[in-house]
Amino acid sequence: MSELLPIVRLTLLVGGTATLGALPVAFALAWVLARWRFPGKVLLDGLVHLPLVVPPVVTGWVLLLAFAPAGPIGRVLEAGFGVSVLFRWTGAAIAAGVMALPLMVRAMRLSIEAVDRRLEQAARTLGATRWRAYATVTLPLAAPGIAAALVLGLARAIGEFGATITFVSNVPGETQTLPLAIYAALQRPGGESEVWRLAAVSVALSLVALVVSETLVRRAGRGVHVL
Amino acid sequence: MSFDVDVAARRGEATVGARFVAGDGLTVLVGASGAGKTSLLDMIAGLLRPVRGHVRVGGRTLFDADTGIDVPPEQRRVGYVFQDARLFPHRRVQANLLYGARDAARLAEVAATLDIAPLLRRWPRTLSGGEARRVAIGRALLSEPAFLLLDEPLSSLDPARREEAMRAIERVRDARAVPILMVTHDAAEAERLGDRVITIG
Repeated sequence: MSELLPIVRLTLLVGGTATLGALPVAFALAWVLARWRFPGKVLLDGLVHLPLVVPPVVTGWVLLLAFAPAGPIGRVLEAGFGVSVLFRWTGAAIAAGVMALPLMVRAMRLSIEAVDRRLEQAARTLGATRWRAYATVTLPLAAPGIAAALVLGLARAIGEFGATITFVSNVPGETQTLPLAIYAALQRPGGESEVWRLAAVSVALSLVALVVSETLVRRAGRGVHVL
Repeated sequence: MSFDVDVAARRGEATVGARFVAGDGLTVLVGASGAGKTSLLDMIAGLLRPVRGHVRVGGRTLFDADTGIDVPPEQRRVGYVFQDARLFPHRRVQANLLYGARDAARLAEVAATLDIAPLLRRWPRTLSGGEARRVAIGRALLSEPAFLLLDEPLSSLDPARREEAMRAIERVRDARAVPILMVTHDAAEAERLGDRVITIG
């Protein structure tokens, strides 16, 4: 079991960082898509959902192009901070975050759209500024959906494979999360027993995430505070 | 004049609007369905922007298309009781009442007036229609509004609850110096509660 622990820890680190990093971006996008009307909205919507429909390998390859030392983002990171995310766990987190983003935006957008805007109006007539109405009415009512989006995003992030292996390769202890470790064990003669153990851990993690998100969504349906 | 209103707004294809002035006390607005009564209240409260005209209440200009004045709803000091109570579902009755309260110490007094003191710990979804309506009235009163807008506060209540709510409104009307604008389509209600009746549409 001792060889499992570092892999699980790395998987949770990569998945957690990816989800928390994607959270503000996903919320901003969800808000814009739910509340604003502007030309090009369909285009933005499509762009956000692209990682959901494009083969993950392609997403990984695009990330590789962007973050390579000569790429537009990689060049800035290299020159400005002297860092590179290639073959690093940070790169794995970026890949997982990009792949989780569309699912998170979807869940948050639905929960923001479900909030009755007439309640915000009621808050305004009671003396609340627009921002106080958002903070005290909209956000708490959308909170279960936002929490569900976090769990869904985490589940997607810890299961990420295609984009990650294309972008940052399969480096044990650095980018080798659970799915990549399972793949590596499958390639190795006599690795079956390790595959069983790793697979059992991933199923257990996914199951926990699923149950938690189901519970949150149910509560959201009742309009009850979660956070 | 307490209310000096002359507004119009676009509602789909049609334009709805009204022009009237009214003094202190309780003014009843009547009009057929679709005459734009709720739109009119929304414009006075600042929730719907008129395309022209002005809104003045108690001498204060809240909206004027010509000078560009448009006071945001939170600064209008309006007590708006919506037709659909619009209580915040994630807050208990007490927290709903205190949401816009300027003086929380008045909670007990207002709750007693409206006979909602036993409901303070309840969640809005457990309230009956009449209870929710009275809580909504209490919430509006606690924000110490400069004027009250009541949108069909008695509709869809059974006769007993109706009588209860009507008495609550009478108490508010007689106890407070704030002008009230109330929408209804019930002639008996208008007759009993109103100091004057204005027909729009």
